[in-house]
Amino acid sequence: MPSSLDPVTRDLWHVIAATDELPVGMVETTLLLDTRLALTRGSDGAPVVWLRSDEEAGDEIDPETILERLPVKTAYGYVWTSLGTPQSELFPIPEFAEPDRVNMSCGSIGIHVSAPRAVENFLDMGHFPYVHTDILGSEPHTEVKEYDVEVSEERDEVLATKCRFMQPRAALSASGSIEVEYVYRVPHPFCSVLYKSCPEDETRRDVIGIFLQPMTEERCRAHLLQSMIDSTNSITELRRFQQTIFGQDKPILENQYPKKLPLDPRAETPIRADKSAIAYRRWLSQKGITYGVIPQAG
Amino acid sequence: MPLSLTDPHWYPIASSDDLPFRHVYQGQLLGRELAVWRADDGNVNVWENRCLHRGVRLSIGINEGQELKCQYHGWRYANRSAGCTYIPAHPADAPARRIENRKYPVREAFGLVWSAANAELPFAPFPGAEAADWIALRPMPVNAAPEDVAAALARLAPDDQPAEMLSELVVRLAPVTWFVQPVDSTRAVIRGLHAGRPEAPLTVLRHYNEMLTRLRDRLERAAARKPQPAPLQPVFEQVSVDLATMPDIAVPRGNTIPVVVKRKWQSADAIMGFELAARDGHLPTFQPGAHIDVHLPNGMTRQYSITNGPGELLSYVIGVKQESTSTGGSQVLVERVREGDVLAISEPRNNFPLRRDATRTVLIAGGIGITPLLSMARFLDKSGLPYELHYFTRLGEQVAFRSELEVLHGRVEFHTGLPREASSARIAEILGEYSFAQHVYVCGPASMLETVRATAAARNWPDEAVHFEYFKNDKIIDNSTAFDVELARSAMTLHVPAGKTILEAMRQAGLSVPSSCEQGACGTCLCGVIEGEVDHQDVYLNESEKRANTAILTCVSRAKGDRLVLDI
Ligand code: FES
Repeated sequence: MPSSLDPVTRDLWHVIAATDELPVGMVETTLLLDTRLALTRGSDGAPVVWLRSDEEAGDEIDPETILERLPVKTAYGYVWTSLGTPQSELFPIPEFAEPDRVNMSCGSIGIHVSAPRAVENFLDMGHFPYVHTDILGSEPHTEVKEYDVEVSEERDEVLATKCRFMQPRAALSASGSIEVEYVYRVPHPFCSVLYKSCPEDETRRDVIGIFLQPMTEERCRAHLLQSMIDSTNSITELRRFQQTIFGQDKPILENQYPKKLPLDPRAETPIRADKSAIAYRRWLSQKGITYGVIPQAG
Repeated sequence: MPLSLTDPHWYPIASSDDLPFRHVYQGQLLGRELAVWRADDGNVNVWENRCLHRGVRLSIGINEGQELKCQYHGWRYANRSAGCTYIPAHPADAPARRIENRKYPVREAFGLVWSAANAELPFAPFPGAEAADWIALRPMPVNAAPEDVAAALARLAPDDQPAEMLSELVVRLAPVTWFVQPVDSTRAVIRGLHAGRPEAPLTVLRHYNEMLTRLRDRLERAAARKPQPAPLQPVFEQVSVDLATMPDIAVPRGNTIPVVVKRKWQSADAIMGFELAARDGHLPTFQPGAHIDVHLPNGMTRQYSITNGPGELLSYVIGVKQESTSTGGSQVLVERVREGDVLAISEPRNNFPLRRDATRTVLIAGGIGITPLLSMARFLDKSGLPYELHYFTRLGEQVAFRSELEVLHGRVEFHTGLPREASSARIAEILGEYSFAQHVYVCGPASMLETVRATAAARNWPDEAVHFEYFKNDKIIDNSTAFDVELARSAMTLHVPAGKTILEAMRQAGLSVPSSCEQGACGTCLCGVIEGEVDHQDVYLNESEKRANTAILTCVSRAKGDRLVLDI
C-alpha cells in the first residue's frame, strides 16, 4: 500500500463496478488504491469483494467460500467497497429514487490521471467550448459568468450554484442553444454530482453523477450515472451521449501534468472561473487527503 | 558525473526539420518536457510543456503562427515572451495580470535546435563547428543512461583512429560529431552532425541509421541488466502570489522600460511612425488594443496605442499625430525626438480589450484612431478570425499605415472625404442589425465615437458590444465631497477637502505619485483600496472592476463615505 494512502481515503466508500455487469459466481478483478481486489456476485445478487490473491478474472467461484470480505454497499447502480472502516451511509442522491426517472449507469472509462484531476475537470465549465465544441459549449459563448461556491459545513460538501452556460446541445433532448443552469455538488473527495436544467420539464433537473475509482495515484476509472427525465431517447442513445463527452475529456486529462492534483494554490494559475476548483482543492487539503494529490508543503 | 536538473550546458533538443510552421514539437531535456515551436517570424520558442493555467501540455496546443493556443480553455500565449494574451473565460480580464510561461534559452544552429536548463552559460558552438557545413542525421532515442551512450559511441571508433571526446556528451568520429541529448537519467537521444554533404546522401544516412539501431539495441540490452538510476524530478516553479490569490482585478504597478527610437518616419501627412525597440531581448507581452505611456523629454507623459501584431515583441510601433495646436505633448516627439534617442515607456496597458470569439468583429477607425485597430486587425488576421476594418479619413488627409493595412486578409475599406451625413449613413450601413456575438470597436475623434455610439444604440446594439478607446474622460467630475484617506503603507492620514483630488492631497503631503492624464482615463494613478467605498468617476476601470471596489484612480475618484484606506 502506498505511503500516501491517508486514513480519510482508506475509510471512504469507493466505487468499483457496475452492479449489473458483475457476473454471478465468476471472478472479476480490479484495482483500488493500489490494492488488487477480486469480486463476484452471489446467487442472491449481493456482491462479494475481497483482497485478491491468486484469483484470475473469469475463474468460477462459490461466493460462500469467501470468508474474509471487504465491506460492500450497492448504490446508484454501482458496487462500493472500502479498505478501512467506512461510515454507514454513502452520500445521498435523493433524485435517484424518484419513480419516473430513467436511471442508468453509463459505463466506466479508464483514464490515466488522478481521480481528483478528473473531478476538477467535471466541475469546470471553461473548457466546454474548446473540448466539447458544439455539444456542451461553443464559441462565441466562452465567458464563464459569476457563480456561487460554498463549502457546506453541515453536509461536508462543496456546492457550486447559479452556474450558467450557453450550450448548443446540452442534452440529447435539447434542440438548439439554450442557457443551462447547473448546480455542482462534490459530496465525496472522488465523486461529484451535477444537476442541470432539464429540457423536457422546467420544474425538474437532470442528474449526472461521476464516481471515480482511484486505481493508483495517477490512474482512475470514471463510472458515470445518469438520472434523467427523458421520455424520447433510448438508454443506448443517452449512454452514448455521455460516453462521447467523456471520450473528449480523456485525451486532455491524460495530457495534464503532473497527473496528481497539486493542492498548493501557487502550483497553477486560477482565474475567477475556477472558483469551484479552488474550493475543491482547499476542501481536500483540509480533510487531509494525500492520495492522488500533491499536498501543500508545510 | 550524474545528471543534474540545473546543468547549464547547451544540448541539442530537436532538428530544425522537426519544427515546421504551425506545429508544436515535444522536446525533452534533463527530466523536463519542452514545448518547442517556430513562429511565423522564424523565432523558435522553447517553453516548459505545461499551460500555466491547469497544467495541460502545450505540445498538444495549436500554433497560430505568432501565438500558441492551449487546447483546454483556449488561453493564448505570445511568441518570444510566452506571456498570456487572452483568457476566453473572462475576455476583459486578460490584461489584468502578467501571466508568463516558463521559457528556456534557445539557439538554432547547424541544423539543430539547442537549449539549456538555465541561462547561466552563453551558447558556444562546439569545437570545429565553423570549419564545415553540417547535415543533421536522423536522431536515435535510446533507453540508456546518457553517459553510457556517449561511452558506447566513443567505442565505435577504429583502433587506429580513436574518437575525440569534445566534452562529456559530445564525441567526434570524423566525419560525424555525435551529441548525446540527456533526456533523463536513463534516456538519451543521439544526434549526429555530418560534416559536408556526402556524395550519396541516402546511402550514408541509411548507413548511420543502421549503425545507430544496432548500437541502441546493444545499449538497451545492457541497461536492462544494470540497476537503473532514479529519474530526474523536475521542479515546477510556483506562480507568484498575486497570480495564485485570484484578485478580482490586479493593480498594475508602473515600471518604466527604456527603449531606443529605432526608426522614425512620415506615415501620412501629419502622422509620424515611431518604432521603439527593446535595448536587449524583447518587450513585454501586450494585448491588441493596448497602449503605452511614453515619457517625453519635457517631463510630460502621453499615451499611444501599439500597432503591432501578435508576438511581435522586438519593438513597438506607434503612430503620433502632429497637431499644429498641440501644446507640448506630441509636438515634442515629432520635433525633438530623433532616431537613436532613448525614451522611457510604461508597460503596456489595455483598456480596450478585444474579444476573440465573436462571430463578427467590426473595427471602425477615424484618422489617427487607426493605431489600436490596426493591432486588433493583425491579431484577428493571424488567427484566421473574420473581421472588417473601416478607416475613415478626411479629405486631404492621408491613410496612415497603408502598406501594413494592405497586407491584411480581412475586409479593409477606406472611406475618404465623406461629409458628415454621408459618413453617419455609411456607419449605419456597416453596423447593420445587431445579432448575438457581434462586436464593434471604434477609435477616432469624439464626434465619430458619438456617431457610432448613437447609431449602434438605434440599431439595438447593446452597450457590451460597442467598445471605445477613451483617452479622455468627458464626464463631469463631482468633487464636492470631503473625506479622509489613510495611506496604509505610508502610515499617513490625509484630509481631502471638496475641490481637491486625492492625488493632489497626496502630492501636497510630499508623496510622489505617478499620474498622466489626470482625468481618470489612463490608469497611471491607479492604486489599491483596502477599506471604504469608492465613488468611481473614471472611465478606466470597467463596471465589474468598479463594483469590486479594490482599486481607485486617485486623480478623479473619491470616497462615498468619510474614509478610505489605500494601499500606498
Ligand atoms: S490549461 Fe491551458 S488554458 Fe486551461
